[in-house]
Amino acid sequence: MSAGNMHIKLKVWRQSNSNTNGGFEDYSLDGVSPDMSFLEMFDVLNEQLIEKGTEPVAFDHDCREGICGMCSMYINGQPHGPLRGVTTCQLHMRSFNDGDTIVVEPWRAEAFPVIKDLVVDRDAFDRVISAGGFVSVNTGNAQDANSLPIPKVDADESFAAAACIGCGACVAACKNASAMLFVSAKISQLALLPQGQAERSMRAEKMVAQMDAEGFGACTNTGACAAECPKEISLENIARMNREYIGAKLSSSNV
Amino acid sequence: MATSSSLDAKIPQGPIETKWSKYKSSVALVNPANKRNLEVIVVGTGLAGASAAATLAEMGYKVKAFCFQDSPRRAHSIAAQGGINAAKNYQNDGDSVYRLFYDTIKGGDYRAREGNVHRLAEVSGNIIDQCVAAGVPFAREYGGLLSNRSFGGTQVQRTFYAAGQTGQQLLLGAYSGLQRQVGMGTVKMYNRHEMLDVVNIDGKCRGIIARNLITGEVERHGGHAVLLCTGGYGNVFYLSTNAMGSNVTAAWKAHKRGAYFGNPCFTQIHPTCIPVSGDHQSKLTLMSESLRNDGRIWVPKKKNDTRPGNEIPEDERDYYLERRYPAFGNLVPRDIASRAAKERCDAGYGVGSSKLAVFLDFAAAVERYGKGEANKNNIANPSKEDITIWGKAVVKEKYGNLFDMYKQITGEDPYEVPMRIYPAVHYTMGGLWVDYNLMTTVPGLYALGEANFSDHGANRLGASALMQGLADGYFVIPYTIGSYLAKEIGTGKISTDHPEFVRVEKEVTDRIQTLMSIQGKTSPELFHRRLGQIMWEKCGMARNAQGLKEAIVEIRALRKEFWKDVKVMGGKNEFNPELDKAGRVADFIELGELMCLDALTREESCGGHFREEHQTEEGEALRDDENFMFVSAWEHKFEEEWELHKEELVYENIKIAQRSYK
Amino acid sequence: MSWFTQTLTSSIGKKLVMALTGLFLISFLVIHAGINAMIFYNDGGETFTHWGHFMGTNPIIRTLEIGLVAGFIIHIVDGLMLWKSNAAARPVKYAVNKASANSTWYSRSMGLLGTLLLIFLVIHTAHFWIPNRSNQFATGEELNLYQMMLEIFQNPLVVLIYVLGCISLFWHLLHGFQSAFQSLGLNHVKYNGLISFVGTAFSIVIPALFALMPISIYFGWVY
Repeated sequence: MSAGNMHIKLKVWRQSNSNTNGGFEDYSLDGVSPDMSFLEMFDVLNEQLIEKGTEPVAFDHDCREGICGMCSMYINGQPHGPLRGVTTCQLHMRSFNDGDTIVVEPWRAEAFPVIKDLVVDRDAFDRVISAGGFVSVNTGNAQDANSLPIPKVDADESFAAAACIGCGACVAACKNASAMLFVSAKISQLALLPQGQAERSMRAEKMVAQMDAEGFGACTNTGACAAECPKEISLENIARMNREYIGAKLSSSNV
Repeated sequence: MATSSSLDAKIPQGPIETKWSKYKSSVALVNPANKRNLEVIVVGTGLAGASAAATLAEMGYKVKAFCFQDSPRRAHSIAAQGGINAAKNYQNDGDSVYRLFYDTIKGGDYRAREGNVHRLAEVSGNIIDQCVAAGVPFAREYGGLLSNRSFGGTQVQRTFYAAGQTGQQLLLGAYSGLQRQVGMGTVKMYNRHEMLDVVNIDGKCRGIIARNLITGEVERHGGHAVLLCTGGYGNVFYLSTNAMGSNVTAAWKAHKRGAYFGNPCFTQIHPTCIPVSGDHQSKLTLMSESLRNDGRIWVPKKKNDTRPGNEIPEDERDYYLERRYPAFGNLVPRDIASRAAKERCDAGYGVGSSKLAVFLDFAAAVERYGKGEANKNNIANPSKEDITIWGKAVVKEKYGNLFDMYKQITGEDPYEVPMRIYPAVHYTMGGLWVDYNLMTTVPGLYALGEANFSDHGANRLGASALMQGLADGYFVIPYTIGSYLAKEIGTGKISTDHPEFVRVEKEVTDRIQTLMSIQGKTSPELFHRRLGQIMWEKCGMARNAQGLKEAIVEIRALRKEFWKDVKVMGGKNEFNPELDKAGRVADFIELGELMCLDALTREESCGGHFREEHQTEEGEALRDDENFMFVSAWEHKFEEEWELHKEELVYENIKIAQRSYK
Repeated sequence: MSWFTQTLTSSIGKKLVMALTGLFLISFLVIHAGINAMIFYNDGGETFTHWGHFMGTNPIIRTLEIGLVAGFIIHIVDGLMLWKSNAAARPVKYAVNKASANSTWYSRSMGLLGTLLLIFLVIHTAHFWIPNRSNQFATGEELNLYQMMLEIFQNPLVVLIYVLGCISLFWHLLHGFQSAFQSLGLNHVKYNGLISFVGTAFSIVIPALFALMPISIYFGWVY
């Protein structure tokens, strides 16, 4: 078995709850294996903290295979760490060097308040989806799946947008804490499909309104979101959302 | 352990083809005005839970939905890769409802219920229609129509997919439907809430006790029916492909409040997972079954061969699946492929630093595809290097994302060296026993999706889990729940001030208090690891009576130690993942004992359950249809004591036979 | 709120306003640079003054000038509003932020570059536009702008400020030009290359042209 021999220094944000101020704590960890995932390194840290009688670091994680979108650490100044197209749970310690100091912070955004340590509240995303990120089709109403041919390019593009895992790295990376990549991915997915046409205008108007109400910032097209997105969602989706929104505002009958 | 055979699955009478349609047209209905006054609690928001919550809300019921994650979209259905089966016959290759029904029963090694499985096959097509209408971007052909691929255990192409992220796309589809209802106020969503008990009043399930994981507050929630859509319990093995948070707590609490547990020992071990790399390992990652279409599985012929895979010459390799199963080769079903890998490793032929891995090699596929490309482009004498380059390009197009994931996790480049794989716990066929209505043995308490035992028998076929979760949530429960709720319209609002709510809540808070106050020396995580070791060693891919008996003794000892020595840090009135984990591990320990008891009682080998005492001379599973063609439904009596109830399985439409893949 | 104000005050609406006013100001830069470049005829300011007179007296241009002032004001005010709301979206900053890994510094510094440009604009209009228009308002006569340029750009500090203003303009345009198209939703795989090329070329040519004017005058290349 690969007994590790890396030595890692950690500076981790600790905060008891949303009402208290937090601060950094320094930890030192020996015997880290390069084959460990970043979160497994945190497991080891937590076991050591428990042994010492200190409260372990709270962090969000679930599937640990890069698809659920729950893990959310800001590692050395980048969401999900230094690699492109990779979530924190799929980041491995071989991406770091022996003796490195790693600074770990929670996502920082007005719309994502810290719950504890590295855990933040991302309910805002759910509310944005509730505002219009769906096709209003009750169960049982559907026609035969093949009665509606969809050009493969549209289906593929729609899928590429739908691959968003809702982790919030886009918000975390954006200097304005803007959620436009997330929101535009859903608007794009449905705007590209014939099923999404009936509610197309309303969807764009409502989702953008909810996004604004949640306190996310506006987009200044720096491209940081797409560069940090673990699923590499394209910036083109934001342009599409802008089109959808402006078009909807100019043409819909909502006054 | 007492036994009885008193279970009524309430399968409708009549020919199998008309059972469900007749049931649907004769089941009691609840009128819209009454639906508004009936509350349904849905626990878990995976495919089954999200689809059920959304659909019931659309119908007019008042729904409360709970998930322990920070959003319903995180449920572990999201991680399913390969696809979802449906008997659409879009490929015109002879598929039909009957064939899907037949394949599922056979694949389950004749331990599933005919009536349920046929219904599943009947509604499978509607699922695809519904998902497409909801905007799920399935893979399509250039003509704009849906694409299909084939999966293990079938001879037709009936699997619909969205790249390697089918589960994600289906869950997000169901989630968007759920969020639509949340926005309309018809579903009240409780994120970061964990169900810690069910409350039964006068023999009927009337609500749950849940803990707000952020504040630690313990809450009472009343409802006229409770749906447990809480997934499987593979994490009892500690290492599995399940998410870290996947747990048995909801199902286990229901079990201890009267719901029978069906076939707990039926677990699926998936053959192609990335092997354990060290003691730090926290979970295992699946490599899609589709890789076995092109990869060849082998081990060195020499024991303890430490050469890298690509340096071992062809004549020193043992392609053991092709050797043992010439007809199916590398495409034998999951249970068989898994056992064969274990057999080789146990015999000392394993590879990698742990010796618990076999090679999955794409070199032959690279060469074959490379030559194919050369032919396509009319190149007569291509060089070996060119063939390799072209072949790798084709493999990359088919499996690129999986190869990348493998490289990311192991640090090895699978284009250059063979992948190392080993079986891992993946799915649990067992679960809460339910009747045809998906109701457990507690009236008003239902179990859907992986949380119930119903449709996969002793082994699940690939791409059938997604199908079952959505079938239960979209198309089964909306009908079957009516037969119960139609009788509840006079009940009125469920008051959570009832003494039973008070009593159960107190039991929950007392238990939390106990967990917090032990302050021993061992973290919940370490107890979980030790439980996992026992389960994997003695109740894993191969089981025997002696091992299982030992396991029961060890698990009981572990349970006692846990309640003396567990150390839970933090407080109970705050966000405390350690406390959440401690409660889940405590339940896993109890479940582990029942699984071993079930495995010990089932004196045969079938599907994922392999008893070493019951095998053919060639080492194949040996079923005992005469004595074990039944569902084991366990009733919890007291600590360490269960009563076995048997539901006899009757096959009227399928001729049972021994599975053979030689 | 009417749908109109609601749209323009939404996050996307504010960006839309920035993009539209930005492109309008870009079009102004073309005219401004074009006419000013007449000084390079080196004809004692004859051509320049001719066109300057046209711009200063033609009623259509004078009407458009009101739009231009409005464009500047809206672009600035909207920018400040965006800056404020964007800052509020992240009240707690990161201790360590490696933004260079995912974006260019100038795309993140549009507010700063814009502020520098605003300061420059105040200086610049105080040099030329305000005295000229006040004089026109008071006396009906235009000032000799060419002569004023020759005088003002004898001061090396002023030249330096103008060059720095042009450098700010370069960075501001380098992001702003393409960003405007993205905000308007004009992102298409076929035309992205063109937008990017034109944007970069424009950002280089126009500020370089502007910067050359004070430099040329200072060094006596234009007299």
